[in-house]
Amino acid sequence: MKQKLMTAAFAALMATGPALAELTIVDTSYRTGPYAANGIPFSDGYQDYFTLLNERDGGIGGEKINLVECETGYNTEKGVECYEATKGAGSGALVYQPLSTGITYQLIPKATADGIPLHTMGYGRTSAKNGAVFRYVFNYPANYWDGASHAITHILNENGGDISGRKIALVYHNSAYGKEPIRTLENLAEKHGFELMLLPVDHPGQEQKSQWLQIRRERPDNVIMWGWGVMNQVAIQEAVNIRFPMDQFIGIWWSGSENDVKPAGAGADGYKALTFHNLGDDYPVYDDIRTHVVDAGKAAGAGDQVGTVLYNRGMYAAMLAAEAIKTAQEMHGVSAINAEQMRDGMENLVMTEEKMAALGLPNFGPEFSVSCENHGGNGYGAVSQWNFEAGEFELITDYYQSDQEIISQLVAEDSAQFAAENGIEPGC
Amino acid sequence: MFYREAGDFKTSYTDDSQTFPIRFDRYRYYAVLVAAFAVVPFVINDYWVNAVFLPFLIYAIAAIGLNILVGYCGQVSLGTGGFMAVGAYACYKLMTGFPEVSIFFHIILAGGVTAAVCVLFGLPSLRIKGFYLAVATLAAQFFLVWLFNRVGWFYNYSASGQINAPERTIFGVPVTGAETAPWAAYLFCLVFVVASAIIARNLTRGMAGRKWMAIRDMDIAAEIIGVNPLKAKLSAFAVSGFFVGISGALFFAVYLGAVEVGEAFGINKSFLVLFMVIIGGLGSIFGSFAGAAFLVLLPVLLKNTLVGGLGWPTDLAAHLEFIIVGSLIIVFLIAEPHGLAQLWRVAKEKLRLWPFPH
Repeated sequence: MKQKLMTAAFAALMATGPALAELTIVDTSYRTGPYAANGIPFSDGYQDYFTLLNERDGGIGGEKINLVECETGYNTEKGVECYEATKGAGSGALVYQPLSTGITYQLIPKATADGIPLHTMGYGRTSAKNGAVFRYVFNYPANYWDGASHAITHILNENGGDISGRKIALVYHNSAYGKEPIRTLENLAEKHGFELMLLPVDHPGQEQKSQWLQIRRERPDNVIMWGWGVMNQVAIQEAVNIRFPMDQFIGIWWSGSENDVKPAGAGADGYKALTFHNLGDDYPVYDDIRTHVVDAGKAAGAGDQVGTVLYNRGMYAAMLAAEAIKTAQEMHGVSAINAEQMRDGMENLVMTEEKMAALGLPNFGPEFSVSCENHGGNGYGAVSQWNFEAGEFELITDYYQSDQEIISQLVAEDSAQFAAENGIEPGC
Repeated sequence: MFYREAGDFKTSYTDDSQTFPIRFDRYRYYAVLVAAFAVVPFVINDYWVNAVFLPFLIYAIAAIGLNILVGYCGQVSLGTGGFMAVGAYACYKLMTGFPEVSIFFHIILAGGVTAAVCVLFGLPSLRIKGFYLAVATLAAQFFLVWLFNRVGWFYNYSASGQINAPERTIFGVPVTGAETAPWAAYLFCLVFVVASAIIARNLTRGMAGRKWMAIRDMDIAAEIIGVNPLKAKLSAFAVSGFFVGISGALFFAVYLGAVEVGEAFGINKSFLVLFMVIIGGLGSIFGSFAGAAFLVLLPVLLKNTLVGGLGWPTDLAAHLEFIIVGSLIIVFLIAEPHGLAQLWRVAKEKLRLWPFPH
C-alpha cells in the first residue's frame, strides 16, 4: 500500500515538471479553512498584480513571471510542505509571502539556510526588522509593534495626549501572532500610565462569550484587537451585542476588512482599524487590472474582490515584490535574477511618491527605504474607520510614525536574543 | 506458491514464535529494513523528507503509542495531541536546559516525562470506562494545551509563546535546526521508529500485552484470572505515553523546528492519530504504519495529482481532498471495519493458498 502510494506520488510529482519561466513567485495562499475569508482577497490581489505585469508589460524587465500557488490552509505542516514543494519550482522561488505568523516562524531558519528571502509584510517576527541578524527576512513597511504603538498614539490623540489611568483591553488570537504586541503594549502602558488588560481567544476564535462578558463587566475604555479570520467577525459581533462603543474599538490591520465588519451590519459602523496602505479602488492601476486581468478572464479566484482592503494589501505586497525585482535587475544587470539577487533588491528597495504615482498608485502607501540595518521600513501607519452607509473603510488620519524609541529598543533586545540562541554573528 | 510454511522447519520455540514465521515475510522485512537504512538516505531530498517521510515516521510512532492504549488495552484516549505537546515541551526544556547532553537522550527522556504525565491522566481509567474515559482524556488535551500556552516557564518566556529547536548534533551531524541534511533527519527518526516498533511488538506479544488484551476483552474476567487492573491499565498508559512523547519530541525538534502549542497539538491532532489507529487496524503494529501512511501520504498524493498533475485550482483541490479522504475513510470502515491490517491479514491468508485455493 505504502509502496504503491509512494510510487504514484513520485510519478505525480515528476509529471508536474518545471515550468520554464524565469521569475518564479510562489503564492502560499489559503482559500480553505477558518481563515479563508481573509486569505482569498489577499491572494487574489497578489496574483492579479503579477498577472497584470505579465499581460500589460510582458513581465518585469522582459522576463515573464511564473506564478505558483500552493494551498496552506493557514496550517504550519502544510506550509512546510508547500515551501519544500515550491522552493525549487521553475528556476527557483524568489520570495515567500506566507501570510501567517506561524508559518513565518517555521520558515525563518529554513529560508535563511536556503538563501531565499521572506517578505512578511506587517506580520511575522517583528524583530526581523534588524537585518543585521535576519539577513533574509523583511517586514517593511510596518510591523506589529508599530501597529501597537499606532493604536496607542491614536488613543492618545483622541484624548488630548493624556491616557493615564485609562483601561485598555487587548483581545488577541492566542498564538504567536496575537502575543506579538503584548511586550510593546506593556512598555507603552508603563510610559503612558494606562492599565492593560489581556484577553486571549483560542484558535479559531468562534467562541468569545467569556472574553466579552469580562469586557462588559470591567468596562475598559478602549479595546484593541489582534484577530484574524473568523475571530474578527465574531469579536465585532460580540462588541455590537454588548453595545461597546465602536469608535473606541481598534483592530490591527489584519482585523479591518469588509468581511470582518459586514456580518455585524449597521452596529459595526464606526469600527476602527489600522492600515499601512491606502484604501478603495480609486487608482489608475485598477483600471489596468480591470482591462487586462478581470475582463480578460484571467483574474485569480472569482475576480470579485478588486478594491477590498485585503485585495489592496495583497496587490501592495505584489507591487513591493515587483519593485524589489526591478531594483535587483538594475543592481545586477541581469533580468533573470536569482533568490540571492532578489534579497539584494529587497534590501536596497526605495519607495518614493514618484515611483508609486508612476505605477498608477499615487499616495497609496508611505514612503520608505530599506537598508541592511533596517529591514522594516519607517513604521508609518494610519487609522481607518468603517462607514456602514458607504460600505467602505475610510482613512481618518494621516500616516504617522510609531514610537521608535520604545520599538527600536525592543527590536534590538529580541534580535540579540535570537542571534545568541542561533549562533548568528550580527553584521551588515 | 512461494508464500507458505511448507519446507520452513522450526526447530526451537524461539523460531516458532518469531514475528515473521513465513520465510518470504521474513526476507521481505529484512529487505524493507535494508532499503530504509541503506538505500533511501541516499536518494531522498528536502521535499521527500519534509513532506513525506518525516511526518509518516513520526505519526507512525504516535500511532503505535496510541494503538497500545486503544487497540491493545481498550482504553479510549482523545488526549494524544496534548501528550505529544508534553513530549515536545519536555524536549525543548531539556534541549535548552542541558545543551551538553545528546539530543538522543533528550528525546528518550521526553518520552519518559510524557509517560509520567500520561499515567497521571490515566488514573481515572480505573473508575471510568469507554466514552466517559474519552471525555476525561479530552480534558487532558485541553488542560495541557492551555498550560503550555499560559505558563511562560514552558516556552522560556519567549515573546511569541513559540518554542524553537536550537541546532543539536549527533556525532557531529546536525539533526535539528535549519542546517539539518535530509538524510540525517530521516535516519534519526527511522532509528526511533524501528526501535519503537520492535519494543512495541515484543511488549504486546509478551505477558504485558496479554494482560492488556485481557483487560480490553473483559476487565472483570481478567481480574478474576489474576490480572491486576491497576498495573495493567497504568502500564498501558505509561508505555503509550512514552511512544507518544517521543513522537511529539521528534515532531517538534526534527520535523517542524518551531511549534505553537494550540496549532500544532490541538484537538485535531488527537483525532488524526486516533483515525490512523482506527483505519490502520486496532491492535496491530503493522496497522499503525498503514494508518499513518494512509492519512499522511494520501493528502500529499492527492494534492500533487490534482494541482501538480491536472493543474486544477488549489482551493478546489483542497476541498476535494477533504471529500476524497473522508469518503475513503467511510468506505474502508464499512468494507473492512478492522482496518487496513485486517485487509493485509486476509491477503496473506489468500496468498498462502495461492494458486491452489482448494
